[in-house]
Amino acid sequence: MKGFLLSFRSEFYKSRKTLGFWGSIILPLVITLLALTAFFVKSGDFANKPGILLWIQFSMISLGSMGTLLLPIYTIFVAYSVNNVEHKADTWKTIFSLPISRWSVYGAKYAYAFFLLFICMALFTLLNIGFGNLLSVIKPELKFNEYHMEKELAQVFFKLLLSALGILSIQFLLSLLWSDFLKPMGFGFVATIVGVTLASQKDPWKYTYLLPYSHPMAAIKSMVKNQHGPADRFEIAVFTQEVYVSLIVAVIVFFAGYFIVQKRSVK
Amino acid sequence: MVIRTQGLSFSFGNQQVVNSISLEVPEGSIYGFLGPNGAGKTTTIKMLLNLLQAGEGSIHIFDKELKSNRIEILKQIGSLVEQPAIYQHLTGKENLMNRAMLLQVSEQRVNDMLSLVQLTSAANKKAGQYSLGMKQRLGIAHALLNDPKLLILDEPTNGLDPNGIIEIRELMMRIVKEGKTVFVSSHLLSEVEKMATHVGIINHGKMMFQGTIQDLQNINQPHIFIETDNSADAANLLKRNHIDITEVENDYLLVPFTSKQQIGDINNLLVQNGITVFGINKKHKDLERLFLDITQSN
Repeated sequence: MKGFLLSFRSEFYKSRKTLGFWGSIILPLVITLLALTAFFVKSGDFANKPGILLWIQFSMISLGSMGTLLLPIYTIFVAYSVNNVEHKADTWKTIFSLPISRWSVYGAKYAYAFFLLFICMALFTLLNIGFGNLLSVIKPELKFNEYHMEKELAQVFFKLLLSALGILSIQFLLSLLWSDFLKPMGFGFVATIVGVTLASQKDPWKYTYLLPYSHPMAAIKSMVKNQHGPADRFEIAVFTQEVYVSLIVAVIVFFAGYFIVQKRSVK
Repeated sequence: MVIRTQGLSFSFGNQQVVNSISLEVPEGSIYGFLGPNGAGKTTTIKMLLNLLQAGEGSIHIFDKELKSNRIEILKQIGSLVEQPAIYQHLTGKENLMNRAMLLQVSEQRVNDMLSLVQLTSAANKKAGQYSLGMKQRLGIAHALLNDPKLLILDEPTNGLDPNGIIEIRELMMRIVKEGKTVFVSSHLLSEVEKMATHVGIINHGKMMFQGTIQDLQNINQPHIFIETDNSADAANLLKRNHIDITEVENDYLLVPFTSKQQIGDINNLLVQNGITVFGINKKHKDLERLFLDITQSN
């Protein structure tokens, strides 16, 4: 455990000056700032709309862009950047000759990639909530303050995070095994386009849920529970079929990756 | 023995890179692990660090089996394998701090190492802007950070200028005086002969020689070095008189040494047959030539 924590700390120390780390802050900041600007500039279009509608429209700018393409691409990039720092510096040999178990090194690296995704999703949640409330203060005609959906927003972004873990595990392993940029990124892009295309169909292929790269899109599509209650309340379905598949793929590929790494020679 | 391997072998696919190597590195020694480029030195070193899984054979370090005591053994080893592994986007000091964090070593030790390898003034410069020599010195600082009992250095003087080479040599000799062991690979015997106490010579994955530097000197048979006005005529004359010739060059020839009397006899023979002798004396081949002979004999 100590080796894991030391390795995790080292991951932060190494990446704190890289785009891999700052991307997890810049991406939610830029997208939510764009949403804030759009609502601020076009406040007349949204004036006096019900709070629930404002929140949905406002948060869908983040959710829509992340769910369709950005989250898979960002996940691919995070997995690449965490491993690329070692490929670029030729430091695998020094990392694996440290008196720390390979399990700790591998586990900490994966955990750090997960941590970056978590930071990204947490910031999306916080910035959406924060900027929504800010808009109701600076533009009183925008009635964000009349409705609260903090819990639902947190649930949706948590669901998105879980739905990206299958992609994270696969891309993490590919980026670890392949030192070049093109192979893991190329594979990821193609798989994402296929996944998004399949998941965005009105009547998707029945096995689409098995493809991890379709999960973020499918997660957005299945986020609202079918309900019969009042129209101004809705519930978020977090643990849907694609989330379960994503988690199962993540766990299987994570452990398979470890056994590959353990047996593999370090060049 | 600090390092003891038996029948160590490794193959990349069908290519046998290391073939049944049995290393014996005594405590407190500077062991020069020599061989031409591609001989299998780095592969052997990577097996010693458990980076490559040996195909066959066993590795014992500090009298413990490597695989089952990996962490305990690696705690006492400092290593530099091939070119230094350095994060280019971090400064020299940050690179060391990162490793110090992993090894739980203090910042003071980092500063001491920077000073030892004379990088204090460049400590806050991005490592990507370092010269090759500076990177090499930073790599050595990395290897020394945990105050290891065994230092494994793979071609540590690559990219260093003559002063840098001397500094590294002195550093290794200083380390050994503290009771530590240094295992250093090189493709140049001249680089390690001044400091090595023990030598292992490897070629095409096979161990060609292993012993003390004195043992290496002892197998170095002396020769009679003869300078004449006509090497070819002199060589023919000696051959006609049943004297073996080792080597004939334009300006000298070599004959295996047997006794001082033999030197006088050869001199007389040459002079009496009208060959002018400019010089004749007993000579050892330098170790570099011996090294080449050993590695080329495979």
